[in-house]
Amino acid sequence: MSLKRPAKDQPENFEFNSSSLEAANKIISKYPEGKQKSAVMALLYIAQRQNNNWIPLIAMKYIAKLLDMPYIKVYEVATFYSMFNLSPVGKYFIQVCTTTPCMIRGAGKLVEACKEKISENESELLPGKNCSWMEVECLGACVTAPMMQINDDYYEDLDKEKTLEILDKILKDETPKPGSYRGRVNNQPENGRKTLMELKNA
Amino acid sequence: MLKDQDRIFQNLYNDLGSDLTSSQKRGDWINTKEITNKGRDWIINEIKDSQLRGRGGAGFPTGLKWSFAPKKVGSRPHYLVINGDESEPGTCKDRDILRFEPHKLIEGCLIASYAIQAHVCYIYIRGEYFVDGQKLQAAIDEAYEKKLIGKNSAGTGWDLDIYIHYGAGAYICGEETALLESIEGNKGQPRLKPPFPALVGLYGCPTIINNVETIAVVPTILRRGGKWFASLGREKNTGTKIFCISGNVNNPCNVEEEMNIPLRELIDIHAGGVIGGWDNLQAVIPGGSSMPLIPKEKCETLTMDFDSLVAEKSGLGTAGVVVINKDQDIIKCMARIARFYKHESCGQCTPCREGSGWMWRMLERMAKGEASKDEIDMLGDVTKQIEGHTICAFGEGSSWPVQGLLRHFKDEIKKRNNFNPIVKETQNIPYLVDQHLLDKNA
Repeated sequence: MSLKRPAKDQPENFEFNSSSLEAANKIISKYPEGKQKSAVMALLYIAQRQNNNWIPLIAMKYIAKLLDMPYIKVYEVATFYSMFNLSPVGKYFIQVCTTTPCMIRGAGKLVEACKEKISENESELLPGKNCSWMEVECLGACVTAPMMQINDDYYEDLDKEKTLEILDKILKDETPKPGSYRGRVNNQPENGRKTLMELKNA
Repeated sequence: MLKDQDRIFQNLYNDLGSDLTSSQKRGDWINTKEITNKGRDWIINEIKDSQLRGRGGAGFPTGLKWSFAPKKVGSRPHYLVINGDESEPGTCKDRDILRFEPHKLIEGCLIASYAIQAHVCYIYIRGEYFVDGQKLQAAIDEAYEKKLIGKNSAGTGWDLDIYIHYGAGAYICGEETALLESIEGNKGQPRLKPPFPALVGLYGCPTIINNVETIAVVPTILRRGGKWFASLGREKNTGTKIFCISGNVNNPCNVEEEMNIPLRELIDIHAGGVIGGWDNLQAVIPGGSSMPLIPKEKCETLTMDFDSLVAEKSGLGTAGVVVINKDQDIIKCMARIARFYKHESCGQCTPCREGSGWMWRMLERMAKGEASKDEIDMLGDVTKQIEGHTICAFGEGSSWPVQGLLRHFKDEIKKRNNFNPIVKETQNIPYLVDQHLLDKNA
């Protein structure tokens, strides 16, 4: 279980804007009537996107009202799942995978790079910085380890040097190109591919 | 090595494009109507004949699972739920299916929904795979547009709606009942079984839950026949499987291979060998982090399928092969896995919630050499206290890797950990019980 605390400074108002509301209604319609509660995770995502990548308590109250469910149930969901940020994170939110498959391929170096460039402690948003980082558990790209996720995109096959390059770009407010940083195509072996040879370069 | 024409996922590396037109060129959606016209019983029997076992880790026979769904739809509708909450360390196969072979999955959903009489299918994808989920959504939209799903899907007369539900970074939601809880809008805490989801599942309705890979191979099996699938691999461990080879190998990769392939062939031929040569191999985790590791001596002759790995007191799991060479500290590697389980425990059952933290802390100390020799047995005891005393299989998943470490690397731990807890008495005050506290200051 991970420990999560809501931010100290909370905004007083929150409301979905029209595009968020439209997206929310579309999602609610996916579920059977009377089961609108199922949409709570999706709505929390929408709130997170609208509110600079974090969810204030007032947004949970708003969603509870919208879905006609108790506030505590929304709070429960928001605190249980690790992808809901309950306190502000950077515009670029960097998650470095350090679970064993990444660890044995040198994820520690990626953490070092983040410490050098961004902040000494994880989940720390320094004033004037547009990014924050944290260590996370397996992100499901073990074949292209070590890797990290920045907002929605995966950055794979990294080493310290390339991570520093990526972080430099981010600090200049540019979005680096996602994908493999050793030029590999998807999850195929980098050299010596033995399968599906006829289709290669087809 | 498996012949290329026998590989089900021809587009595993995205050589051909994942859109509908190129998928159709590879044979998807050609004669879906003919397949469903043969009837539910034929489909289920053909899957039973193929001896397909679930690809999500537990290896439950898929045909049998489908036959548990009630034969007649009563007052409660049936649901099909696809488990794409792939979070097992070492596994990244479903992601490639979602982004490169989405139409195999969607067609599989249609056939499976028809077989179990479901009109609604939810695909649960882990939240981190948002980009890959968008690609699947694009494929679903394309299928709706071409009337392959929706009302009278692909001319089969069956109505089917497919929706994606994103998770939010909880490993436990890969457990089927936790996944249902998550779709219902609750915390992902597993339910007690029975009742099994086939009778009481999503919203209390009959629900069949299958892994992404299981469903994606179904159309090909039905086209080429259960017999063809059963001819690959060996009895009860048939067909092909996507193996993810990661860790200390020269060319880590995903590759689709026949079941029962020798581990050495997988590592040497497909993954370019262990870094530093085969002799530098220390251990292999054969099926995602929750399966006990296997030391080098046994890796020489090991074949990769469900039953042969169970015979080695491990398991095929999700077939995420993590190779660990001698440059790594094996205790540290396992301590990191224990930390993963401590982080991901849902907190519902006490043995798992508390025990996973104990295991992590003990292993961390053992990696540093700060533990005493008694603690090694104590750690084994803790794993036994967790295993089998929890609602879901997470308890086993977290304690097996530690048991595997103790089984094969006990000497290594013993060698490193020589801490002696008995306090040397420098001042002898007979009536004082807490003498060692005095000693510390002395």
